[in-house]
Order: sequence, then C-alpha cells, then structure tokens
Amino acid sequence: MAARPGWLFRNHKVFEKHSYILLIGILIVVAIGGLIEITPLFYLKSTIEKVEGMRPYTPLELAGQNIYIREGCNVCHSQMIRPLRDEVERYGHYSLAAESMYDHPFQWGSKRTGPDLARVGGKYSDEWQKQHLIDPRSLVPESIMPPYAFLQGRPLDLSTIADGMKALKLEGVPYTDAMIKRATDDAYAQAGEDYDVEALRKDYAAISGRENGVVVRDFDGERGDPSELDALIAYLQVLGTMVDFSTYQAEDLSNRR
Amino acid sequence: MVPQVAPSSRIEASTFAVGIVLMFVLFIALGGVATAADSSFRVHSLIFAIAAFAGLAGLLGWHEAGDVPRTFDPSRYEEGVVKAGVIATMFWGIAGFTAGLLIALQLTWPNLFYFPDLGWTNFGRLRPLHTSAVIFAFGGNALIATSFYVVQRTCRTRLAGGMWPWFVFWGYQLFIVVAATGYLMGVSQSKEYAEPEWYADAWLTIVWVVYLGVFVATLLRRKEPHIYVANWFYLAFIVTIAMLHIVNNLSLPASLSGSKSYSVFSGVQSALIQWWYGHNAVGFFLTAGFLAIMYYFIPKRVERPVWSYRLSIVHFWSLIFIYIWAGPHHLHYTALPQWAQTLGMTFSIMLWMPSWGGMINGLMTLSGAWDKLRTDPVVRMLVVSVAFYGMATFEGPVMSVREVNALSHYTDWGIGHVHSGALGWVGFVTFGAMYCLTQWIWKRQKLYSNNLVEWHFWIATLGIVLYITSMWVSGIMEGLMWRAHNSFGFLEYSFIETVSAKHISYIIRATGGGLYLIGAIIMVYNLVRTARGDVPADERRRGSAPTLQPAE
Repeated sequence: MAARPGWLFRNHKVFEKHSYILLIGILIVVAIGGLIEITPLFYLKSTIEKVEGMRPYTPLELAGQNIYIREGCNVCHSQMIRPLRDEVERYGHYSLAAESMYDHPFQWGSKRTGPDLARVGGKYSDEWQKQHLIDPRSLVPESIMPPYAFLQGRPLDLSTIADGMKALKLEGVPYTDAMIKRATDDAYAQAGEDYDVEALRKDYAAISGRENGVVVRDFDGERGDPSELDALIAYLQVLGTMVDFSTYQAEDLSNRR
Repeated sequence: MVPQVAPSSRIEASTFAVGIVLMFVLFIALGGVATAADSSFRVHSLIFAIAAFAGLAGLLGWHEAGDVPRTFDPSRYEEGVVKAGVIATMFWGIAGFTAGLLIALQLTWPNLFYFPDLGWTNFGRLRPLHTSAVIFAFGGNALIATSFYVVQRTCRTRLAGGMWPWFVFWGYQLFIVVAATGYLMGVSQSKEYAEPEWYADAWLTIVWVVYLGVFVATLLRRKEPHIYVANWFYLAFIVTIAMLHIVNNLSLPASLSGSKSYSVFSGVQSALIQWWYGHNAVGFFLTAGFLAIMYYFIPKRVERPVWSYRLSIVHFWSLIFIYIWAGPHHLHYTALPQWAQTLGMTFSIMLWMPSWGGMINGLMTLSGAWDKLRTDPVVRMLVVSVAFYGMATFEGPVMSVREVNALSHYTDWGIGHVHSGALGWVGFVTFGAMYCLTQWIWKRQKLYSNNLVEWHFWIATLGIVLYITSMWVSGIMEGLMWRAHNSFGFLEYSFIETVSAKHISYIIRATGGGLYLIGAIIMVYNLVRTARGDVPADERRRGSAPTLQPAE
C-alpha cells in the first residue's frame, strides 16, 4: 500500500527549509496554551473570593517573609491547605485564593518535608517558635529541620523595607504613603518597642476592617532593636489568621468554584 | 600610499562587539559595587566586574598573541567552544550530584550534616543550589555544547557569530556562578527553578537572546536544504525557554542597587505562571532539548537513520503544543480555579502520546543494529535513557490525574518521579552524548576504556533503581499516613510520625545518589584519559601486533 503522504507531510518542508517560518511557527504553537489558560485569571472575577479581613503585611511581617524566602522555608513547607478531609482536620480551613493575594510571589510551595504552614499563626506560642527555630530537635526529637540559631539577636535590616513596600504598591498592594513613610517606626512598634502603636493599628485596620488585626508584642522576648527572629516569628504568627472565618460563607454559591 | 597594517592589529568585528559589551558590563558592575544597598548585591557586582575584566583581558591577550591574524575561518568547524562545553558539563555535573548527595544526607542524619553556626549550609539554601546545578549548569551546558556541535554538523557550516558563541558559553557560566553564590548568600525569589534575582535574570536574558541569535544565524547559513529534526527541537527549546524565563521573572526590584525584588504577579496568578514556567522548564529544557540530543547522537552512534520521519513531525508539533498547557497539574485542589486544573490535567494525559512518540522513534532507530546494545556500552546508556524517558512520561500523566495527585502531591513520590526523569533520562542521555563528543571532538579512535563505561552504566543504574524505588515507598507511605483515620474517625498519625517513618527510605535514597555520583566520577576519569589520548596498559602491552580472533 503506497498511499500518497498526507497534506501535513507534503507541506512540512516549508518549516524545514525556512528558519524564520520554523521559528515563528514554534512561537505561535507554544504561546497558545499559556494565553488561553493564564490570561482569564487576570479578569475573571470569580478567581479570587470576596472576603473580609485581608490586609497587606506590616513592615515587620514583610521583613519576616523576606527572611522566610531567603532561608528557603518554602522548599519544605507548603502554605496551601487542600479541601481534603485529613488536611482540613490537620491544618484547618482550606486555603482561599484571597489569602495569598498580597504574596508577591505566592508561597504555596510544592513539597511537605515539614508540615503545612498556611494556618500556623497562633497555633504555637512565640516561645515555642523561638526555641523550635533555634534548635528544632530540642522540641521535636525526630525533626529533620535545619537549625536557625543564627537568626537570634541578629539585627533586622530595615533599610530597604520602605523601598520594598513602594515596589509592592506599584504592583497593586494597597499600602498608603503614610504606611510606607512610617515603615521602620511601624516595625519597631509591632516588635513591642516604644513607638506609635495606634497609627500602625489604625492604618492596617482601615484595609482589613478588623480592629485587632495586627498583633503587637516582643516576639523574640529580647528587648532592644527588632531581630530577624522577631520578624520571622511575626510573619509565622500572622499566617492564616487574617480572614474572618466567622463571617466567611464557604458554602455560599458565589464562593464555590 | 596606504600604511601597511600588521594583520594582528585588525580586530575582527564580533570580537570587538563582545569587547564593547564587556566594557559596559564592567562599567555597570563597578557602579553596583560603589552604590550597593546590601552586601549580597556588592558581592555579585564584584563578581560581574571581575568576570568582565577577565573577559576583556582574555580577549586582548588572545588578540595580541601570535602572528597569525585572529579571524574565524568559515571553512572550519568551531570546536573549541564545544570542548569547553564538555568540560563544563562534567564539572557542574559532579558539583550538582555532590550537592544532591549532601542534602540527601542532611534529611537522613540532621544531627551530623547541619551546622548551627553555618546558616548558608542549611537545606533551604542548598536545595536550590542542587537543583540549579544539575538542571541549568549540568543540563544547560550539555544542551549548549551539543547544540553548538549538532547545528554545525547538520548544517555543514561553521557556527555563526565569530566570538559570540564564546560570549554565550562564558556568559552562561557567569550566570551559574552568580546564581549559585546567590543561593548560599540567601538571594532568592523563592520561585522554584527560577530562584535567581532580577539582575541575574536580566543577564541570562541577554546571554539567551545571543544564544538564539547564534543558533538561528547558523541555521540561516546552512549548506543543507533541510533543517534536521534535532535542530527543530533545539530551536523550540531555546525560543520557548526565552519566553518562559522573561514572563515568569517579571519583577520590580526594591532598589536598583539591591538584590531584593518583588514578583509582579501575586497569589493565584503567580502560582499558575510559576508552574506554567516550572513544568515547561521540564518540557522544553529537560525534554525538547534532550530529545534533540537523542535525535542526533543515537542515529550517529548506531549508524542508522531516524526510524520515522513522519512520526518525528507529528510528535514534535504535538509535544510542544500540548506541553505548555500541563502546568496546572502542579496545583490540583489548590485555590486555582477548577477549570484551569481540569484543563491542565486533560492536556497532561494527552501528553503521554507525543512523549511516547519520541521514545518509540528513538528506540526503533536501533532497528537492524540491536546488537550494538551488547557491544557498545555507550549505546546501551543512550537506549536506557530513552527507556527511562518512556517510564517517566507514563508516570507523569498518571500523577497528573486529580485523584492520584491528591495522594502524591507534597510527598516524596514527586521527588522520585523527577529523579527517574532527571537521573535516568536527562543524566544518561547526557552521559551518552558526552562519551560520544569526547571521542569525536578530541579525534580519538575509541574511548579510553569501554570497561569503565560498563562500570559507570551498572553502578549508576543501580543508583537510580535504589533512588526511585525508595522514593516511591516513602512517598506513597507518607501520603497514606497523612490521610489515615483511626476507628474513632480521628487522624491516625501526627506529622512527625510520618517523618520518622521515612528514615530507612532516606538512607536508601542517599545510597542511590552516592552510587550515581561514583559512576559520574568514573566517567570523568575515563573522559580525561580519552581526551589525553591514553591507551589502557593491557592494550599497550599487546602493542600494534595483530591479535588472533576466534572464528565466529
């Protein structure tokens, strides 16, 4: 049977004889999938739920997230609870799209060498977090987590935090000019130093709508300038605590996707 | 009367242009050193400055040395840059495998392999070092070296661009050094397989666009009417990686003199863009590029034509079209809208077919030459790599099914899956190509020792088998333990119980990785002896006298 080759095979030489046609052909073919799959996420309103309580990270928490990223915590810890029975029981309410809307980039992770951290905020005391970061195996003998003792007492570098907030504001995070201007003071205030706590609380409550949405205390338990440990613990303690699940209707039709 | 100009004082155009670029880099990098807002940025500016200075000095020294004019003879192949690529591939391979072994040991014996005072040796910083070293340094150099070799031979022309291929080579090494030192210093965007910060990304973009330019310019001046199939795959790899890299790394630096930047995208959108990138780093870097290697080195080594021209057309276009959609299977059951998850899963399952199209085309190329599996261990390595490709691309679609993914996601199963592709497919096809290239480009009759290739093959294969089986066991076990409920309806296991249950698997995994590293070290020894033109002692003793062969 010597059937005539099909149309594609007869004409494929167009691609094989012209480098630019091959190049453009490839570009078109590989662009389609991403365009169709990704672009709707930017305009479909159903992509991110309407929730109450979300606010941008405070300067101290943002500095904590920077440390979280610097140390590669996301390599072993996810921040994405799936709506599966065991996960909801182990970690809490499944994660909402809205809860990572201010994460540039997302911190969902891809591997649970350690447990999920999406709702670790408030689950353990500051003292526990501090001790566990310094020497994980002193609290959990079979843990395989690296020790982070070097964070203790290391002064937190806040010199670029306001610049970072400016960049985030350009990218759509609703920081106000006042928040950016007060960035360093706010970090000191949140870490329990003698600064204007009310201004900090008021500005972030204006976005979240929650009166006590910012936790203010000396996270590392050591007086003086905020340390890297302060910032990291402040970040861990806010994870998963922003959305007010007493008002959120998970089963509401508009929230089901 | 026109003054006589000594030939060596005329600077060839591309050399001049590279010199100008290096001067710009030096200028900007010195500015970075002076104004750096953080110490990591200062170190990196310094590395850029030193590299640009060394590059300029190298160019000048090369230009001034010798009496012959420094030009690029279009009638000869450019082989120096390929040699350099072979050396770089093996160097970074050993570095990357060693880093992998170290982090495997850290997870096995944390008390021995973590150092509380040396934060930069923690798992979180070394893991991206390992992944980048093996994917981008080992794999990337293999792709650049082989593509430069293959495009010249299949187009029967010298590599275009004169000095520019060397710019691509050294520029890429500079990117690797900046990325690697960045991880150790904690400079990271946290995006997997795209961790380097904005300035490293910008530099890679420049290098990559030049790479594309060199490749296309070489295609344009080919002396063959048709573009060979391997070059379709190389071209798709280069151009798609450019697209993915640029979009995924869009970010705003906090300061132009600081290392920290914030991704333009957030939350859901950043998740899908990251895995659109991440899965296609697999699809185009680790698949299309290495299929190009398969399409040249297997036919060449077994001296048979590619089995089916039509199959190569069908599976090429379908592979590159379908791969792009597969990213959302990394985000099953997450806050990504379900329609996107379903789309990703559907295309991932469809991807099985074009993947196996490539496998079949590679394996069947041995038609009529199957005996070489027995006689040439390099052929065996290449063929086994294709078999692993087939296995990994079957496992992938299975894991992309939502219900399977509910179990496999977040577990060691994913690590095992990646390594069956990485160690078995990418590693072995690269080893095969490097054995060929070293023999061919250093113009040797044969490799120093086929016996050592046998040793490499079996040690590495045993290592892979230990690695992936231990990860299957630990991954499926932990997935089942996480979801186990007792008779009262409560969770059966605490998280830490699932961690300690994996200890034995982790010992086996580290053993497998160690074996793989030993195999690669044997290979390096063999390649060095081959390049030097050494002959094994027992063959030397026999001398050139003909030996009697048994009648067959």
